[in-house]
Amino acid sequence: MKKKTVRAAFIKSLPVCAGYVVLGIGFGVPLAKVGYGLLWAFAMSLTMYAGSMQYVAVNLLAGGASLITTAITTLLVQARHLFYGISMIDKYKDAGWKKLYLAFSLTDETYSLLCDGKYPEYADKHLYCFLVSLFNQCYWIFGCVIGNIIGTNVPFNSKGIEFAMTALFVTVFVEQWKSAKQHLPAIIGVASTAVCLVIFGKENFLIPSMAVVTVLLFAVRKKLESSEPPAQTEVDENE
Amino acid sequence: MSREQIIHSVLIVAVSAVITALLRGLPFVIFSANKTPKFVLFLGKYLPFAVIGMLVVYCLKDASFTAMPFALPELIAIAAVALIHLWKRNTLLSVAGGTVFYMLLVQFVFK
Repeated sequence: MKKKTVRAAFIKSLPVCAGYVVLGIGFGVPLAKVGYGLLWAFAMSLTMYAGSMQYVAVNLLAGGASLITTAITTLLVQARHLFYGISMIDKYKDAGWKKLYLAFSLTDETYSLLCDGKYPEYADKHLYCFLVSLFNQCYWIFGCVIGNIIGTNVPFNSKGIEFAMTALFVTVFVEQWKSAKQHLPAIIGVASTAVCLVIFGKENFLIPSMAVVTVLLFAVRKKLESSEPPAQTEVDENE
Repeated sequence: MSREQIIHSVLIVAVSAVITALLRGLPFVIFSANKTPKFVLFLGKYLPFAVIGMLVVYCLKDASFTAMPFALPELIAIAAVALIHLWKRNTLLSVAGGTVFYMLLVQFVFK
């Protein structure tokens, strides 16, 4: 059973592998250019483990930002992670010691793979989620370090490569759209964020979007709950 | 790098890492498993659908909608990813195919 769980988790994590190695290189190269070497790339991807925040941190490091600025910037960029935790409380409730790492490693990409709560029926659910999270971080560290080492020396036009993440989220969006009985939450997510992006601009729209999404979900709570049968055991029969 | 600069850089990384970990862990600490309020369970159930939509829009924040190329490379590539995915339902293929397609678009078509 364990062997099959490892295999299933590995297969599940492969799309993130491609994306993370690429995005990790995208972080490692500029980090090297502002004078921070291998050890920094490794330490940051191990301890921060955050795609967008590590990109921002390159600027903070290069400009010698104050710790207050660092703290506020991190809060603004990372606040969306509160949502990920809230979505996973129930799914991770019996994870025991694994919960510590499951929470720590809840990046955008890991969340997008695991947020539907589905897992192969033969697998140990928490081991499966743990392994997907762990594999993902390995890819990320690998990408960041490799980018730091070779990225500057390889002549390769990487323009547009960051689209890998957009593509991953679009596939998850399509999967969810096909499986969901209710499309209202997905529409609320897209529409509120788009409106907030226009109103607040690209530096400040995330927190207002989170607030609007939360308010709107509660506004349609009755409608959502009345049309949904009580939750059943979620088992993914496709895998 | 000077000694002071190294120490300050370590602190920047540490502050950012600790705050990130706190944001990720906080919900689990506040709402312990057996007495999670109903409204949190409700959010937990429906947020994933909304958040993925939010992330797709988040990825488009740097696209230029009001001037050339009017976010066309992004919108065309997103449509391509969705179509490839509806066709084969293979995430790896959709992500790799969509990314290569987008790179071709921004490097050769919308220069």
